[in-house]
Amino acid sequence: MPMEKKIRVLIAKPGLDSHDRGAKVVARALRDAGMEVIYTGLRQTPEQIAETALQEDVDVVGLSILSGAHKTLFPKIMTLLKKKGLEDVMVFAGGIIPEEDVPELKRIGIKEIFGPGTPTERIVQYVLSNISERS
Amino acid sequence: MFDKKKMEEIKQGRERWEQTTLPNWLKQSKERKDAFHNHSGMTINRVYTPEDIENLDYMLEIGFPGEYPFLRGVHATMYRGRLWTMRQFSGFGTAKQTNQRFKYLLKEGESGLSTAFDYPTIMGYDSDHPMALGEVGVCGVAIASLRDMETLFDGIPLDKVTTSMTINGPASTLLAMYIAVGDKQGVPRTQLGGTTQNDNLKEFFAQKLCIFPPKPSVKLTTDIIEYCARHLPKWNPVSISGYHIREAGATALQELAFTLYDGIAYVESTLQRGLKVDDFAHRLSFFFASHNDFFEEIAKFRAARRLWARIMKERFHAKNPRSMWMRMHIQTSGCTLTAQQPLNNIIRTTIQALAAVLGGAQSLHTNSYDEALCLPSEEAVRVALRTQQIIAHESGVAHTIDPLGGSYYMEALTNEMEEKAMDYINRIDDMGGAIVAIEKGFFQREIADSAYKYQREVDEKKRIIVGVNDYAIEEPECPIELLRVDPQVEKEQVAGLQKLKRERDNRKVKETLDKLHYSAEKDENLMPTIIEAVKAYATLGEITDVLRKVYGEYKELIVI
Repeated sequence: MPMEKKIRVLIAKPGLDSHDRGAKVVARALRDAGMEVIYTGLRQTPEQIAETALQEDVDVVGLSILSGAHKTLFPKIMTLLKKKGLEDVMVFAGGIIPEEDVPELKRIGIKEIFGPGTPTERIVQYVLSNISERS
Repeated sequence: MFDKKKMEEIKQGRERWEQTTLPNWLKQSKERKDAFHNHSGMTINRVYTPEDIENLDYMLEIGFPGEYPFLRGVHATMYRGRLWTMRQFSGFGTAKQTNQRFKYLLKEGESGLSTAFDYPTIMGYDSDHPMALGEVGVCGVAIASLRDMETLFDGIPLDKVTTSMTINGPASTLLAMYIAVGDKQGVPRTQLGGTTQNDNLKEFFAQKLCIFPPKPSVKLTTDIIEYCARHLPKWNPVSISGYHIREAGATALQELAFTLYDGIAYVESTLQRGLKVDDFAHRLSFFFASHNDFFEEIAKFRAARRLWARIMKERFHAKNPRSMWMRMHIQTSGCTLTAQQPLNNIIRTTIQALAAVLGGAQSLHTNSYDEALCLPSEEAVRVALRTQQIIAHESGVAHTIDPLGGSYYMEALTNEMEEKAMDYINRIDDMGGAIVAIEKGFFQREIADSAYKYQREVDEKKRIIVGVNDYAIEEPECPIELLRVDPQVEKEQVAGLQKLKRERDNRKVKETLDKLHYSAEKDENLMPTIIEAVKAYATLGEITDVLRKVYGEYKELIVI
């Protein structure tokens, strides 16, 4: 039986805000669920995030932002990921993101937005069921 | 505290109760849980009796308000004399917009201002820095130069208000700007009242808005403490902050212990400047969170006061009782607010605010119910302020001092908080102090573990959050009106900054920045040279860049 390859996830904090409690809790929950998790640390530029996603060969990118700058920064990140040929990477996001911004963020390719109060288990399940097995 | 014979009667009474009355009840209905705990993991007894405080010495450990060990309050009359200061944190958009919000709050009966800066300001970037993109004026007000500060306080006489500024890494620059505005208004520096947060240690493990490495960060904090002790007698140079430690996931106990330890570190660094403890300690102020567990929070505030008094007296040999005062600002806990059924947050905030008042706060910020969704709207801010006013004027809790003092439960819990906090303090002492603990990731790991444990309890429904993991309802999309900062703010702010850079005397700017560079390399107190630089309209980014060159930048130690 072939060894099952672990899902690789990058948890990234774009923007200047330093609220990393959620990002770290999600990182740990995904790790406890058996995934390889890389956490970027705070204040990453869109370029740094896309570059790390490429270097670390991840399947999933989770973006956490609570500063309100998501409308400026998320589109940049999505463009850079595409530029690097990472259009297959699944991107989800969390933080303080108003409901009315969600349709636009989904349009640019962010698969799901998890707002405050989301159980970590739901994020784990979401990642598991939306990643097709890697060869 | 009790007569020996009476104690014996109580003990016998309890044993009889445990053998007769209690089992009958337990037989009929089991208790809801096998054991009850507070957030700090302390086991809470079924009932508390005089036995739990049998060894408490009233005069030594409780005492009277305004007297050592200040358990019951730092003032002898507390709220019977003057109510706590109702201080709502605010700031967004341009200096002009925040100036209007300040005036609105003053008109509504607020007694002190509290400034929220945007992230670029907090990180020491000018509004036109590439890292500032999308962040200008979003989470606070954008202040890049003295010109913005002049607009922020336009029409607000600085001798009539006190102003708190939530700023840490670049605190010296913002304080210098405030002093410069005061100078322009003709207010003597001895009359300037307010607070700079200026607690750089907690940045490394809690708020994480660090610019410089730990050592120069502590140097900058100490510069302000020293400068204020000599020139700004009414200014609180530092607000030693547990709030962010708690919000990052710490328990009440960890918040208490780590905050007091940071306080110890600042006292030590200031003593090294040749000041005597009684020259500055009376101006150190504290900032705590008030979370949901009502009695735990009150016990934390009381324990903090007594423990700090003891540390100042026994460890630092302070003589002036004021040096032993722990004056505290309290903010209700932002991380307890839910995006679901946001009106419930008003109730949470009320309970937390009540704990702060029963805990003896000097000033209080109550959060707005919509803050899990966005910046607070004007209506939500008003409700938050009204919450404090209702507690102050309608509830009657301010009639007497420390009304929970003497409660068996409260005193037992206060003792346990203090003892366990002291254990942490001893551990950190053994480790080699706050900076070593930061470099080892000790605080970071302790907090991350508690945050994860809390979330697991919520996920597993061991901890019920009303409206989130229980009592949830189908909600209409976005039930409240959200406040948004217009992207135009960033354009306006950047244009204003660039205009300033063209119009000011750039030769003078360069001169003052060179002087600052020299001063930093010589390890002098930087306040005087920073005041000169801001008066020449050097920008926050330019000043911070000089210091970045001398001190280097902090690289985050990543602890998941």
